Amino acid sequence: MTATTTDAVMDLDEALERFDPVFGLEVHVELNTATKMFCGCATGFGADPNTQVCPVCLGLPGALPVVNATAVESAIRIGLALNCEIASWCRFARKNYFYPDMPKNFQTSQYDEPIDFEGYLDVEVDGDDGPETFRVAIERAHMEEDTGKSLHVGGATGRIQGADHSLVDYNRAGIPLIEIVTKPITGAGGRAPEVAKAYVSALRDLMKALGVSDVRMEQGSMRCDANLSLRPRATGSQEQADVPLGTRTETKNVNSLRSVERAIRYEIGRQAAVLAAGGSIVQETRHWHEDTGVTTSGRPKSDADDYRYFPEPDLVPVAPSAELVERLRGTLPEPPAQRRHRLQSEWGYSDLEMRDVYNAGAVELIEESVAAGATPAAARKWWMGEIARRASAELRPLADFGVTAQHVAELDGLVTSGRLNDSMARQVMEGLLAGEGTPTEIADARGLQLVEDDDALETAVDEVIAANPDIADKVRGGKVQAAGALIGQVMKAMNGQADAGKVRRLILDKLGA
Amino acid sequence: MTPDLTRSSAADLAGALSRKDVSAVEATQAHLDRIAAVDGDVHAFLHVDTEGALAAARDVDRRRAAGEELSPLAGVPIAVKDIAVTKGVPTTCGSRTLEGWIPPYDATVVARLRAAGLPILGKTNMDEFAMGSSTEHSAFGPTHNPWDLERIPGGSGGGSSAAVASFQAPLAIGTDTGGSIRQPAAVTGTVGTKPTYGGVSRYGLVALASSLDQAGPCSRSVLDAALLHAVIAGHDVMDSTSIDAPVPPVVEAARRADVRGLRVGVVKELGGEGYQPGVRTRFEESVQLLVDAGAEVVEVSCPHFDYALAAYYLIMPSEASSNLARFDAMRYGLRVGPDGVGSPSAEQVMAASRDAGFGDEVKRRIILGTYALSSGYYDAYYGQAQKVRTLIARDFAAAFEQADVLVSPTAPTTAFRIGEKLDDPMAMYLNDIATIPANLAGIPGMSLPSGLADEDGLPAGIQLLAPATKDERLYGVGAALEAALEQRWGGRLLDRAPELDGSAASATEARA
Ligand SMILES: [Zn+2]
Repeated sequence: MTATTTDAVMDLDEALERFDPVFGLEVHVELNTATKMFCGCATGFGADPNTQVCPVCLGLPGALPVVNATAVESAIRIGLALNCEIASWCRFARKNYFYPDMPKNFQTSQYDEPIDFEGYLDVEVDGDDGPETFRVAIERAHMEEDTGKSLHVGGATGRIQGADHSLVDYNRAGIPLIEIVTKPITGAGGRAPEVAKAYVSALRDLMKALGVSDVRMEQGSMRCDANLSLRPRATGSQEQADVPLGTRTETKNVNSLRSVERAIRYEIGRQAAVLAAGGSIVQETRHWHEDTGVTTSGRPKSDADDYRYFPEPDLVPVAPSAELVERLRGTLPEPPAQRRHRLQSEWGYSDLEMRDVYNAGAVELIEESVAAGATPAAARKWWMGEIARRASAELRPLADFGVTAQHVAELDGLVTSGRLNDSMARQVMEGLLAGEGTPTEIADARGLQLVEDDDALETAVDEVIAANPDIADKVRGGKVQAAGALIGQVMKAMNGQADAGKVRRLILDKLGA
Repeated sequence: MTPDLTRSSAADLAGALSRKDVSAVEATQAHLDRIAAVDGDVHAFLHVDTEGALAAARDVDRRRAAGEELSPLAGVPIAVKDIAVTKGVPTTCGSRTLEGWIPPYDATVVARLRAAGLPILGKTNMDEFAMGSSTEHSAFGPTHNPWDLERIPGGSGGGSSAAVASFQAPLAIGTDTGGSIRQPAAVTGTVGTKPTYGGVSRYGLVALASSLDQAGPCSRSVLDAALLHAVIAGHDVMDSTSIDAPVPPVVEAARRADVRGLRVGVVKELGGEGYQPGVRTRFEESVQLLVDAGAEVVEVSCPHFDYALAAYYLIMPSEASSNLARFDAMRYGLRVGPDGVGSPSAEQVMAASRDAGFGDEVKRRIILGTYALSSGYYDAYYGQAQKVRTLIARDFAAAFEQADVLVSPTAPTTAFRIGEKLDDPMAMYLNDIATIPANLAGIPGMSLPSGLADEDGLPAGIQLLAPATKDERLYGVGAALEAALEQRWGGRLLDRAPELDGSAASATEARA
């Protein structure tokens, strides 16, 4: 599904010089409840099509919904974590429109009475002098049900246009969703793409910390739509806030962190080119194409879209008691950013190290490794080494390679106890990645063990010194770095099974350096 | 022996069954024979489930023989309105759209009937998707009133009431959104109750208007209705609007049949102009009988009832337009392609199927409701109607300060002729003028026969209304009035209905 476009795009710096971007994000989060929003069907990802369905989520005649209490609790916890007000009384509504993947031809959603409203989320972006906090205002977060999933067969694009036929999988129909909607985000200026990405990323961390969703963007359990408009830069004594907002577009399908940043960036450039050429922006839905990095025009959207919302008469209002809300407040986790700062200081990582660890998704694994006994430095070294390289190359999570936090702690223990040196430890890691067993088992099986026989070591040192009188003289003369060549030869003579630090000490002692 | 079984009340039949004077198979077979004999005239049934009914009856007989403790109505056969889904048994809702659809699950009401051992004889005719007051809007032909086969049996549940009135079933399940249990009861000389909203689970009842729909019993006596009410009522976790409280003591109230000291409110707004003289006369006599039995009569006023019909015809179609959206030919039901389109889109198939599957009245209400919910009109129509609903509830609350139950004629007229009002929707809608307020307020109502109107010799009904969750009051008052009336008549009203012999076998389609 390759899309090309002939749309002109203005250079980003020039666009931002002339225009002020205003954007908003609508993020759908699939909750990880065991059952669906309004029925008892299972919610697991990847089941055979139409095996997790019942009269309710298939919209059979006569079937009625019943609200999933766990989903309501998740919605409230999300609201509290987003610093929202929690409605003491709210209702579901029906959003009426016809589409084959929607069994009832209405979506049971919340309309003008969301359960969470008026909150904010602080996100971190890079400033001129280190990290800066940007506050994103949240308008609302509400509960709704997901639709089924259409698969359009035949045709070139995978879209419904041109397809021979379509298949619908209703396993997803009725999965609980929380839609989180920001207020229009102003004041980000040139950092708009970065703020957008940081917001979605922070939201993902928050959902993970709350344990309410798998937030796997690649599986669709977190999906993002981005609204964007441009307005002219304020001139003279005019305040930017007084410049009226421009016409906005809504870009759908922005389903990775990188895409969020790229899509906003692209849309700024595209809209700027249209406006600079004297054109006007069409209010419409646009589709994001991950492969080509462009948006293309979708369906015109207007305020006349009429979903004939009305309160869902099959459900009673949701009225969480103050006691419930307070009890749920007590279950909130440490805010992810705060936790990151705490761990960074506990582990003694630099800003850069912490950022790499975070970006690699290694924070939890390092935390577990340290809890299992590894030093923070060793834990970082192992997780961010070969494992991270492979994870990044194969686009898989770090935890996918058969290495556990316990393995890392045990491996580090073998090093600190003096059984393994660094190169031996690397061989053990190879074994771990190959699934050969625990670190001790691998070391045993591969015969990895530092030689503890001091006589053999001294003999080897004496022989190497005798064979290299020139180098030995240099070391005696104070060129300590020249000892490296001698150390290497001793290690070679010992087949690598010696503690390099000890070898170094022995050589320096004997040469009186 | 067989004719006697079909003339028996459900309570008497239940007694004979428990004494093992008759078997459930005999009782069920007697009614199946009666259906075979007279339903060609009446066309109360859309589907008769001979095998299923007899299998259920055999099961009851086996369990009784084994000494198991059975529900009071075990073995008493019943008819079910075709709006309740029945696992493995066709459910059409009176619509071409669902012709041939076999539901994979049972409505809660049906599950409770099965659990209580009532053999289900079949599914009864109705106006398509319960939209109508005459059963003429069934896609499968009208049901005929057993009192006069040229007349309508009321609607939408005309099939259930006609089946009971013609002794094809001692009991039936109906549903009532604006009067669809009570008005058919009135015009067929039978009893019907719409319980408090939430009193009976709606799970598995094909929805017309979710905030108004309620299932209830149809029978030939107040006690029979109470016995059935007790079987189907009670909390259901599958319906979040169902009431989580004990079922009101309806059977006890029906047996006590006591109105001494009770305050009966006559609703001023329900009964004046537009009500047939014979209907009014029988109503006034019934009120006098209640006074004679020890009740006190007061007049109450419910001024906002004047707006009830208008509010109802905004709320009901609005909800219906959304509820019926699921009939799109994608997963079940009638599917047709548009004419002359080789490779139609899903939208074209939906449109063509809905056009072919829905009758005119259904389309009329979908259009009304779609319009009323549209942005820009919502506040003026749906929003305003909801306010009227609140005002009507307040009228009832004030009236129930002065009276324990309220009374009115159930319907303004006796049964009209088939075809008479078919081209005049407003005239048809007015049939429900006295029954609609109870649905809007969610309170329970009952209709029972008040006698035959002098001018046409056809049954008239009196409606009883009680505060929400006080359904037992309907049964106490209803049973007392029924006793007084039957004493005056010297027997049951239905014994005066003409004999049917199946010879009329009219234009209706025979179904088995
Ligand atoms: Zn389901």
